[in-house]
Amino acid sequence: MSTETLEAPVVKEKEALLSKRRKKFVTDPLSDDNPITVQVLGICSALAVTTQMKPTLVMALSVIFVLIFSNLIISLMRNAIPGRVRIIVQLAVVATLVTLVNEVLKAYAFDMYKTLSVFIGLIITNCIVMGRLEAFALGNKPYDSVLDGLGSGLGYSWIILTVAFFREIWGSGKVFGYPVFEAIGMENFATNGLMVSPVGAFIVLGFIIWIQRSKTGYVEH
Amino acid sequence: MDLLNLGIKSIFIENMVFAYFLGMCSFLAVSKKVSTAFGLGLAVVFVLGMTVPMNWLLNEFVLKEGALAWLGADFATIDLSFLRFIMFIAIIAAMVQLVEMTIEKFSPSLYGSLGIFLPLIAVNCAILGSSLFMAQRDYSIGEATVFGFGSGIGFFLAIVALAAIREKLKYSNVPDGLKGLGVTMFITGLMGIAFMSFMGISI
Repeated sequence: MSTETLEAPVVKEKEALLSKRRKKFVTDPLSDDNPITVQVLGICSALAVTTQMKPTLVMALSVIFVLIFSNLIISLMRNAIPGRVRIIVQLAVVATLVTLVNEVLKAYAFDMYKTLSVFIGLIITNCIVMGRLEAFALGNKPYDSVLDGLGSGLGYSWIILTVAFFREIWGSGKVFGYPVFEAIGMENFATNGLMVSPVGAFIVLGFIIWIQRSKTGYVEH
Repeated sequence: MDLLNLGIKSIFIENMVFAYFLGMCSFLAVSKKVSTAFGLGLAVVFVLGMTVPMNWLLNEFVLKEGALAWLGADFATIDLSFLRFIMFIAIIAAMVQLVEMTIEKFSPSLYGSLGIFLPLIAVNCAILGSSLFMAQRDYSIGEATVFGFGSGIGFFLAIVALAAIREKLKYSNVPDGLKGLGVTMFITGLMGIAFMSFMGISI
């Protein structure tokens, strides 16, 4: 992972840095083509870390980081990767980036590292990352791929943050660890243990999918 | 007895799907028909049963802190555990390839039914997750093998059960926005409640 990959790629054609076509890469995955609710990718981690907002935010940032940089690196190497070994190459790149995230968390946020435990490692097998690499980065220019990674990452993030918000506020009556209900004078707000358990995650996500699909009119057959 | 308990625990109480949400992608995507779910489930049991002990060996003799002591005293202080992710995923990808080739050679009929699912398994988070849990919990080799097979069987049970429910659900009148993924999430949640009843059993 050399540092020169971090430089902004030069746009050759006279397209604006944020043209309409490029904006679509970022905005599409937010609702119409959302990785979780429409493409059904990356559900595992979406559910596992969402009991509280804080670890969810760290998870979301980690996934955005891994998505952007793996998309960028694979896109830069796309003409050099033979088709038959591309899965292994992709896994190697993603695993390296995830190891970076893991070591950084271990060094600077050890409590968070303990809370997330194996789920940081499982970003490697997060289908969103592999899915975007296969479907986009292998056939597109670096800058477009970065935008695509950012869009998918944000689409993933807002869903898991929403799930985490509902699970935390109903499960333990807090938002980002701040006791909301005590602050407004409702000390005896009854928390629901089901929300903290895995079951709550499935139900909350089920409702989010229902609401979102009714709005976009997407029907699965 | 401990091994038997660990096996039961990993199948029912700490089920990969309902307690840790691992392998959800293939769990949701390949559960439309019982026959395909059955095939994928078998492949997962097989690959998990092989890779967890393999990764145990790798972790014990190469990656752990001080694991390289068998090479000589100079190597006793080396800690390679930061390489865990890359090495585990490499072993898994290689094993999946190997398993695929072996099955193709010795049992073409099984290959025909499992064939398409095998490559998918390399990126199934249940597989990598089990190996990471194994490393985190310091299992012995016997425990690692039982844990691998147990988690696989747990996944197998879960995916076949969900596929059976979804086959029945085809004849129900589900609201449009809830069709497919939405209603499957609710069903998985309800199945999770059923599996929670195992938690009361102390072994």
